[in-house]
Amino acid sequence: MAKILAVDDSASMRQMVVFTLRAAGHDVEEAENGVQALEKARASTFDLVISDVNMPEMNGIELIRLLRQESAYQFTPLLMLTTESAPEKKAEGKAAGATGWIVKPFNPDQLLSIVKKVLG
Amino acid sequence: MGIDLSQFHHIFFEESFENVDLLEQGLLALDITQPDVETINTIFRAAHSIKGGAGTFGFQMVADFTHVMENLLDRIRSGQRTLDQDVVDILLGSVDCLRMLLTAAREGGEPDRALCVAQQERLEAALSDSRPASAEPAGEGEEGADSASARVSEQTGWRIVFHPHPELTQRGNDPLRLIRELKELAPARVTCDSSQLPSWDKYEPTRCDLIWTIELMQVVPRAQIEDIFSWVEDECDLAIVPMVKNVVLEGDNSSPSQASQESRPIAAGVSQIASMTEENENHDKKSGQVTRPPTSLPSGHTISQSIRVDLPKVDALINMVGELVITQSMLNMLRDEPELQGYDRLHEGLAQLQRQTRALQEGVMQIRMLPISFCFSRFPRMVRDLGRQLGKDIELVMSGENTEVDKTVIEKITDPLVHLVRNSIDHGIEPSEAREAAGKPRTGHVWLRAYHQVGNIVIEVADDGGGINRDRVLQKARERGLVPADGRLTPQQIDELIFEPGFSTQEAVTDLSGRGVGMDVVRRNVQALGGSISVESEEGKGTTFIIRLPLTLAIMDGQLIQVGDETYIIPLVSVVESLEPDRAMIHYVGGDTETIKLRGEYVPVIRLAEILGVHQPVRPALEDGIVVIVETDRQRYGIFVDDLLNQQQIVIKSLEDNYRRVPGISGATILGDGRVALILDVDGLMGLLKEKEGMVHE
Repeated sequence: MAKILAVDDSASMRQMVVFTLRAAGHDVEEAENGVQALEKARASTFDLVISDVNMPEMNGIELIRLLRQESAYQFTPLLMLTTESAPEKKAEGKAAGATGWIVKPFNPDQLLSIVKKVLG
Repeated sequence: MGIDLSQFHHIFFEESFENVDLLEQGLLALDITQPDVETINTIFRAAHSIKGGAGTFGFQMVADFTHVMENLLDRIRSGQRTLDQDVVDILLGSVDCLRMLLTAAREGGEPDRALCVAQQERLEAALSDSRPASAEPAGEGEEGADSASARVSEQTGWRIVFHPHPELTQRGNDPLRLIRELKELAPARVTCDSSQLPSWDKYEPTRCDLIWTIELMQVVPRAQIEDIFSWVEDECDLAIVPMVKNVVLEGDNSSPSQASQESRPIAAGVSQIASMTEENENHDKKSGQVTRPPTSLPSGHTISQSIRVDLPKVDALINMVGELVITQSMLNMLRDEPELQGYDRLHEGLAQLQRQTRALQEGVMQIRMLPISFCFSRFPRMVRDLGRQLGKDIELVMSGENTEVDKTVIEKITDPLVHLVRNSIDHGIEPSEAREAAGKPRTGHVWLRAYHQVGNIVIEVADDGGGINRDRVLQKARERGLVPADGRLTPQQIDELIFEPGFSTQEAVTDLSGRGVGMDVVRRNVQALGGSISVESEEGKGTTFIIRLPLTLAIMDGQLIQVGDETYIIPLVSVVESLEPDRAMIHYVGGDTETIKLRGEYVPVIRLAEILGVHQPVRPALEDGIVVIVETDRQRYGIFVDDLLNQQQIVIKSLEDNYRRVPGISGATILGDGRVALILDVDGLMGLLKEKEGMVHE
């Protein structure tokens, strides 16, 4: 069981991620955008952060950039949810410090297998 | 794991329709000459979000369609495609198509595929207008896999040389994880070259200075290997070479088998060291956190937070609070009991309970309130489209979009408003040439305003068009027999004629406001919500329709009245005045219809006891009781009752839901003492009286 932060401005995607991870026994918190996520991430320590890229207030790439600068998240897996249509987004995310990405659309099983992978 | 995705469908649709609205509003707000970057981003984000959700939840048609839209939007965003009116039009058309697709998906219906395909073609045409190198993905990986499988015959496996760059671990990746994943593909030999490790005094624990060679002992598609390294391809030197039969054991590294046994402890060691330092860091951070001002933790941001709640839950809550209000007023009545006098603390508590109940009730009612923008938001598009269709320049000016009103009111007022706005554009605003000839600005204006006014919400639909042509209205009304040929009417009365059933001045029903729906339907809809509509017009200057609606449908102020042993409630909005008539005021018209003469006007009186069949031992004379004068949109009449009781806020319970529809009664409520009282339907009672008279006359 790991402590995971799920960040997405779309309530349906967020709920799907949260529900799936909780069903797998993880301790999940959620945030609607980067600003909220950063606050939550600073308030406690997560083993994994999964964030959407396109979000109002603060997008996922900026969130990852800022999280990487936090000493507590220097080595933490930070995954971004992205779509195939945006290869440059992947590069941008990597440059910001993302561990990797999960390509949308994905189903709960794919999500879980990736999470299992990064958590070791 | 079998997770049923359909449980998220409901919320997906809700948010997607919101995103469609956002798309549409954004497109309408775009200034083509100077597109605002933030608006374009918002539009793009809305489309992107729909696509992501639709793909995930299995609505492929929606996902595919939005994908094309997104591509076009992306081009616009990146400046590869210039924004012009045509593109906006195509995108707006696509918004409609998307809405149709979503609706079909939600209702499980069959989407209009032809429309979808046609729209998609238009999008693609717009895309190819400025098509640079596109559609490059998909091909490469498969090719790689093909060429790999072509070599399968002689190949025994893969040799992978993996040299992570320092930043690999700093982005949360772990070489050990990658090696484990490779080992899941096929049995593997792992060798670790630690020659690059610096001496201990220069050792940097967060750096990864090891080079691994992984030999996969089976042939797997190359793409699978690449897939494992996909996240880190730019953070490592990677070589993936096929191993052929006679090369398997003769690797260029010395003593592979020995190394492979060592490699794991080393790798694990690195990871351990890393995690140890990580822990130290965490520790540091935790101790640092104590000194951090606590203000950074709770949110001080102005993000509007909301949760979605099913309406039935809210209604159940409102109902519950309604019951609480009744219980509270029941307790309140106890305050007057003689044997409870002198218990000051009890009385204090009861007073407090009353205040708190009222506050709770208001708070709960607030939950059902939504800003009227939910209804107004459709109009910019509608006005734009209609204006184009009719060749009229029209500007829509909206104000008070944040005025809050009950959700049900919003749902039910939308159609009447659409009708009024259509009407203003179609009949109100003159053609541009006529406007210029009349010395008016070429561009016509339609105003949509909302504001609160003492317990009501007022919505106005105004235009600066030609105004109501009273001569024509009067002429038409006479032709239709709505007014006597010699009847004299005030201008206001003439204007009100347009609300009469079957009245329409337009010779040919136009495509727009026509559709056989007249102003009478608008008025009926408004009345069904407990509201009223009036019109003000000035010839040549314009027309304003004013709709007054109650803020909520669940609570109203009522006047309690008594007839015999029964208590009834008259909605306070309908009550004009109450009086004890003098004998001199009472007149009989046409035999036995009782009327009272009030300031020169004869007002018919209904005896409530008789019309509702309340048993009364004697028929009291009118001067022995009280007449409550009420007003409907049609007429004013008196209701004869035995006594007036107090006025109070009442929680409306539907009689239809709990019993059945009763003519003359609009609902029921529970009084403080637990008794049920019926709420009179002021419009319906008049109908009842007419029926009764009709029977008498026959």
